Formats: sequence, C-alpha cells, structure tokens
Amino acid sequence: MMLSGTLSANALACVRGERRLFTDLSFTLAPHTLLAVRGANGSGKTSLLRMLCGLLPPAAGTIAWNGNDIHSAREEYCAQIAYIGHLNGVKDDLSGLENLQFAARTAGIVASAASADTALRELGLNGFQRLPCKTLSQGQRRRVALARLCLSAGRPLWVLDEPFTALDVAALALTQGLLEAHLRRGGMVVLTTHQDAPITAPSMQTIELGT
Amino acid sequence: MSAPGMLDTVRCVAGRDLLAALRRRADVVTTLIFFVIVASLFPLGVGPETAVLRMMGPGVVWVAALLASMLALGRLFAGDYVDGTLEQLTLAPQPLSMLVLAKVAAHWLATGLPLVVVAPLLGFQFDLGTDALLILLASLLLGTPTLSLIGAIGAALTLGLRGGGALLSLLVLPLYVPVLIFGAGAVEAGAAGLGAAAHLSLLGALLLVALVFAPWATAVALRIAVE
Repeated sequence: MMLSGTLSANALACVRGERRLFTDLSFTLAPHTLLAVRGANGSGKTSLLRMLCGLLPPAAGTIAWNGNDIHSAREEYCAQIAYIGHLNGVKDDLSGLENLQFAARTAGIVASAASADTALRELGLNGFQRLPCKTLSQGQRRRVALARLCLSAGRPLWVLDEPFTALDVAALALTQGLLEAHLRRGGMVVLTTHQDAPITAPSMQTIELGT
Repeated sequence: MSAPGMLDTVRCVAGRDLLAALRRRADVVTTLIFFVIVASLFPLGVGPETAVLRMMGPGVVWVAALLASMLALGRLFAGDYVDGTLEQLTLAPQPLSMLVLAKVAAHWLATGLPLVVVAPLLGFQFDLGTDALLILLASLLLGTPTLSLIGAIGAALTLGLRGGGALLSLLVLPLYVPVLIFGAGAVEAGAAGLGAAAHLSLLGALLLVALVFAPWATAVALRIAVE
C-alpha cells in the first residue's frame, strides 16, 4: 500500500507570549519526504509541530492537507496523522499493552491485542507488555509511545517531537528503521531532534528556525 | 478493516478511565469516606435531637455529596493533562465533546454512583423514613450526574493552573446551587406530603440541559488548555 497526500504550510507565524518566534514560514511536503526542523531551544520547533497537528492555531498563515484547511476539516485530518509529543500519553496504572490498545482505538485505528503485542515486541519490550507502566523506565515508556507508530502505518503523516529522547542505542536504531520504512512506503515524517540520528530518506528537507 | 466509529471510541475512552479508576481504588474510597465523614459531623455537632436531624438531614446529605463530588473533580482531566493523554484525545478523529461525555460518564460511575449508593445509609443517621430515603436516592441519581457535567467545565477551565483547586470550587459551587436547591427540596417536599415529582422533573431538566451544553463547553476549554 502506498501512502499519499500533501501538506502545505503557507506564511506561518508563531507568537508565544510577547515574542515572535518565526514569521512567513512556507513549505510543502510531498510523499517520501522527511522534514527535519532544527533550531536552538526556544526557537519554536515544538510550536511549529503542534501547529502542524492542529493543536495550536497559527498566529498567521494557513496549513492545508491536500488543499483543505486542517482546521475546517479537522476530523478528516486527524485520521491522517500520528503525533508523538514530548509527553508520552502513557497512563501509569495501565500496562503497555492496554495503553497501546486504548491509544490506537482512541486515534481511530483498529488494534487487536495481537497486533499491539507485536508492536511492543518490535520496540524491544518483550516481557514487559503486561507490566503497569509505572514500573517501566523513562526509555521504556518512550518505547511504548513509539510503538503507536507500528500501528500507524496507514497514516501518511507522522509528526514527532524529539522522538529519540531517553532512548538507548538499540531503541534509536529500531525507531530509525521504523521511520525509514514509513518514508519508503510513501509516508511523510516531520521531526525535531537534537540527537545525531542519520535517517536515509528518499527526499529530505530542513527548516532552520531562529535564524 | 474499517476504522472504529464514534461509539467504539466513546466506549474505549470510558473503558480506559474505568480501568484506571479500578486500579486506583484509593481515590474512590477517599471521596466516599470524605462524604461519610462530612455527613456524620453534623449529628455530632448539632446533637441527637431527632426532629432537628430529620429536618436538616436531606440538606446535609446533599451538601456533603456536592462537596465530595467537587473533591473528585480535580482528577477528571489533571492526569490526562500531565501524561499527554489529553493531547492525544484532542487529536482523535472524533468530536472532542463526545469523548468528554465519555470521560464524565466514567468519572460519575467511579465517584458519583458510589455516593448515591451510600447516601441511604447516611439518611438513617438523620432518621429519614423509607419514603424520604427513596426520594433522596432518586434526587441524587438525577442530580449527581449534573454535578459531574457542570464540574467538568470548571475542571477544564482550571487545568494547568497553580492552585487550581480553590479556583475550581469558586467557579463551580455557585453553579451547583440550583441542583442543591431542587435536590434537597425534593426530599423536603416529599416529607411535607407535597410530592417530589415537580422537584425531580426540574432535576431531570437540569440534567438534560447540562448533557447538551456541558460537554461542548468543556471541549472548548480543553482545546484552550492544550494549546
């Protein structure tokens, strides 16, 4: 299955508090493209990513998916994206398996216990699936959050805010593999990271914020 | 394979909250014990005068239920806000107000319903008769969901604020007044032989209005909170 869709941002501006973080930011994202957002702390990377998900309305400008404004067609747009932010969205009292299944179903993805289990194994959490997440380490929780990506293969646009935080070398490689596979099948990835994680993408764009 | 529909998502959100509540029974028990203690303080403070107790019983049980349900409100969205689940909920391809309704329903089942179940026991402390107890039960059954729905608006508005708890009570308590008046009034009217039907219908009407408006208002407040 090949994924398709186009994300276009037009003259975006971001104002946080009194500060103008960026203005007149435009780009178009086509299938197979990795967009790396770079910049110093506080340059507006997270804000930009939250805008692209529709969590934060831009101070100016528009974001469109296949030509339709994402705020006017919010529910259709939400069915096209997978977002992993700074927060994992993992409940401490539930097990990794429960967390993953609930998260997928809330996001509108059909997820059987078997497919959720496979996703957790893929992220190297074999043996930890049924433990309450409060007993897991920070890196393991991040892996539970990232396991959502395995179930989001049908979503063209992945928006990932510092996905490699707290991950060890092995998990980093696993996640890189996931992203590369997604880009190969026509997906798009928007990513911020401070880590040096080379990802081979058929097509690559970089946005440098705060310059 | 088709994507889960709205009902699936609503059931999933409610199921997750109920499961989490089941794993954290201490929270539910705390609310319940608070309710029992507050309602029991009044007979201790006022003295064992049966006539006085019978007169103030319905009002006291209602005020205690109202305070207990307000105490539990802080937990409605705070956990989801801190761990990022709320972000994911606002990104669900379903109307957020329906997911809010699911969360409030789960919250009521976990905290409101136990209050309703325990209330008749507290009624005995105030020497309420069987009829009065039944009306008390009915009025709480109709009234406490309204408290949860109205409270959800306040909980969403105060999300992420420092000292939000005190602000939450200032916001929500005035809005609880009609529910309290008709709830306690139903029992008193029943005891006075006037029939509680009018009061209970008004409580039902309040519930319907809250069902329509509260999830929508809460959803708007939550979107602002996650910005």
